[in-house]
Amino acid sequence: MYEGVVQNLIDELGRLPGVGPKSAQRIAFHLLAADPADVERLTKALREVKDKVRFCRTCGNVAEEDECRICRDPRRDPAVICVVEESKDVVAIEKTREFRGRYHVLGGAISPIEGVGPEDLRIRELMQRLADGTVTELILATDPNLEGEATATYLARLVKPMHLKVTRLASGLPVGGDLEYADEVTLGRAFEGRRLLDV
Amino acid sequence: MRDNAGVSLYRDEGIVLRTQKLGEADRIVTVLTRRTGRIRAAAKGVRKTKSRFGARLEPFTHVDLQFYERRSLDLITQAETLRPYGEPLVTDYPRYTAGTAMLETAEKLTAEEKEPALRQFLLLLGGLRTLADGAHDPRLVLDAYLLRSLSVAGWAPALDECVACGSRNRLRAFAIAAGGAMCGNCRRPGAATPAPPTLELMLALLRGDWEHADGSQPRHRAECSGLVAAYLQWHLEHGIRSLRHVEREAAPITTIDEEPG
Ligand SMILES: [Zn+2]
Ligand SMILES: [Zn+2]
Repeated sequence: MYEGVVQNLIDELGRLPGVGPKSAQRIAFHLLAADPADVERLTKALREVKDKVRFCRTCGNVAEEDECRICRDPRRDPAVICVVEESKDVVAIEKTREFRGRYHVLGGAISPIEGVGPEDLRIRELMQRLADGTVTELILATDPNLEGEATATYLARLVKPMHLKVTRLASGLPVGGDLEYADEVTLGRAFEGRRLLDV
Repeated sequence: MRDNAGVSLYRDEGIVLRTQKLGEADRIVTVLTRRTGRIRAAAKGVRKTKSRFGARLEPFTHVDLQFYERRSLDLITQAETLRPYGEPLVTDYPRYTAGTAMLETAEKLTAEEKEPALRQFLLLLGGLRTLADGAHDPRLVLDAYLLRSLSVAGWAPALDECVACGSRNRLRAFAIAAGGAMCGNCRRPGAATPAPPTLELMLALLRGDWEHADGSQPRHRAECSGLVAAYLQWHLEHGIRSLRHVEREAAPITTIDEEPG
């Protein structure tokens, strides 16, 4: 244990995802030794992200205004919505430059064992977006693992009465992984070869 | 402190119960194995889409594993799929949610890590196989599994005789805390009063009489599910979280309120 403020910092860093106690200690001592200007930039970035960034009221993606950049862009096709689990998946798909439609960020995947059911995700918001008939294709780009597949199955069944074209990314994506780790070429190919879901 | 000469490799087959994210791209995988019982182990790089493990460490997979024994969390070094039960389940939401409740129950009923639990392993394997076959209502498969796994854990409900007096006649009630059916004379206030075919269905599920179970009526199945769920939650301190998400039809009609203690 260290003196109060240093230990405080280690504790706070240790609560971040993927940061164990050892890494927390290493980062804390790095910050202690760092140039005050560098630490000031980091502090500012942290403060700004909480002050300025919120979630798009339409799609749930991170946004600096009420709506995100993609929802505000009139060149993006409003007839196609790509459903993803997290905002970082939007970033991964945007990198492929394959997709010109819009997104819907669920905020996770259905995981009964973790207590996450359909009502805990932004599924009601998705249904509202589909209600006026503008959207004709729904691309289900949840993670290519079990929970992502189950979420896609649930959504496909839910929207079945709406007679949309419902597609799932091609299985060029090796199952078991997280979408964010797919490289651009693989993900791009998965988009081109997406298959029709029929449940 | 033990030195590294003590570490060793071991092999076992198991069913993946649950995975949790660990650090950047790894996972902690919980497996119910045939010989060793329940094991929590780390799998490196498994979340990368190019991982050599692929889908072999996804929940529901019956898998042959090699572990590297370590002081804290053992490491999974090899995995070969025996049967990927997740594939047929994931395209059918009611079956998927029933299966998830089975996995969570198996984890909760094997409280001690690395304590052999062969009967729980065999029950789960059989349950998943039946669920994946698709020949029976997933709700019946789940309830049969729950009743049997509770029995293996030492909490078999009495279903063909009164838990209080042993009478086999006029079984009118189901008393969760007392551990099963009760006759009209022994019935306590607050005990559930299911329809007689519901108790018969529960008994058929416990014994594996599928012919009887498949012929049951929806309302008795619903009532049976309600009683089994209440019985399970009573015995497992922290309950089964995924049970709430299992897709079921109408809720049971009878009250399942129970006298405390
Ligand atoms: Zn948006
Ligand atoms: Zn009695």
